[in-house]
Amino acid sequence: MPGLLRRLRGFGRRLAPSLFGIALILLALLPFGLPQFSSVMPLLSVIAVYYWGVYRPDLLPAWAAFALGLVEDALSGGPLGLMALVLALVQGVCVSQRRFLAGAGFVVGWSGFALVAGGAALFIWSVSSLYYLHLFDPRQALAQWALTVFAYPLLAWTFLLAERRMLQPG
Amino acid sequence: MMRLAMPVKAMVQRFAFLMLVALGTGLLIIGRADIALTERIRTTVADALAPVLSALAEPLAAGRALAGRAHELFRLHEENARLREENARLLKWQEMARRLEQDNARLRQLLHVTVDPLTSFVTARVVGDTGGSYVRTMLVNAGLRDGVQKGQVAMGEAGVVGRVAEVGQRSARVLLLTDLNSRVPVMLEGSRLRGILSGDNSERPRVEFLPGNSQVSPGDRVLTSGHGGVFPPGLPVGFVASITDGIVRVQPFADYHRLDVVSVVRYDLPRPVAEGEAPALPGRR
Repeated sequence: MPGLLRRLRGFGRRLAPSLFGIALILLALLPFGLPQFSSVMPLLSVIAVYYWGVYRPDLLPAWAAFALGLVEDALSGGPLGLMALVLALVQGVCVSQRRFLAGAGFVVGWSGFALVAGGAALFIWSVSSLYYLHLFDPRQALAQWALTVFAYPLLAWTFLLAERRMLQPG
Repeated sequence: MMRLAMPVKAMVQRFAFLMLVALGTGLLIIGRADIALTERIRTTVADALAPVLSALAEPLAAGRALAGRAHELFRLHEENARLREENARLLKWQEMARRLEQDNARLRQLLHVTVDPLTSFVTARVVGDTGGSYVRTMLVNAGLRDGVQKGQVAMGEAGVVGRVAEVGQRSARVLLLTDLNSRVPVMLEGSRLRGILSGDNSERPRVEFLPGNSQVSPGDRVLTSGHGGVFPPGLPVGFVASITDGIVRVQPFADYHRLDVVSVVRYDLPRPVAEGEAPALPGRR
């Protein structure tokens, strides 16, 4: 039986980042009832994919990031495939730069995130504008980017705790 | 062996990554062409996660209600006085409405007016909004099995919220009046002038296609006109908020930020009775 238990634990470990991702997507969708907030809601899923992409890419591979994005697209009513594409690209960028990012301190990690999130917000804004053939207010993208960057430390800290508590191998 | 395996593995991973990017781009293009497939994907996912979302949205709504109640507690006294006064005023209106209703019924009978079809409601909880995307929609936790259908109108307490754009078994997506793709036939209450209320993602949608040199003034009430047969006529939509350079903007009555529940209105247009399908008379076969 300990064999089965260990396998179950391993399964739970591997699934945890994806579950975090889904929880954050649902959180971002909840009707908070604050004026204008829903349109500048931080890109919480980008934070999750960045964190796991840099520190534990084995736990959230590109296809899982893609699937998370697809769920977000389906629920938010935005263009189907947009967030899937964004999250897959974010994961790809993180994995390619992780040798530089993972070893560095928090401030470097945060700065890297600010760059990635800026790219993501810009990408979402431009693809949405193309998709709907309408030039959306770029201030929305800017506000969303700023809020996303400010939300990062809190979530990164949560992920770090979770990683220490349950995801350490052995 | 290892020296060979590593580049192969990296190549496979790179190939898989490129496939994902191509898949995402493909989905975007297919979605733009508006194929039913994307809608089915959406409603399937929404159906699967709607129960979770409604379980999460409920305590949120309760918390908001609690905060509202605490706020009310402080102003109980003046609120009471205001309500008493309003009640007296409304009682007079009620008396008048009763009289008018009787009058109306009698006159309709005299003129043999076709009565508007019966409307009924499905009440649904708002469980999700747009989560930061560039659309103005909301997800509600009622769908086909509750009688919600595509095209039906969603009402808040004060007025029209939007139109049901997608519907799954137990969830539906409502396109708000403010969304870029929202078009609703409306009329101005006083002058009966007709136009199309079209959203542009701003807080205040605008009225297009009003007849030239029409007299519009701020404060005019805007109602659904019922043209096109999708919306019942006469539902309150909003009031004219501003007219600048000939652009008439409407402030919707519905307060999108405080919406916990919406009523989806079923409205069946009168259709010609088919042969052999006689209208059922009460008490007879």
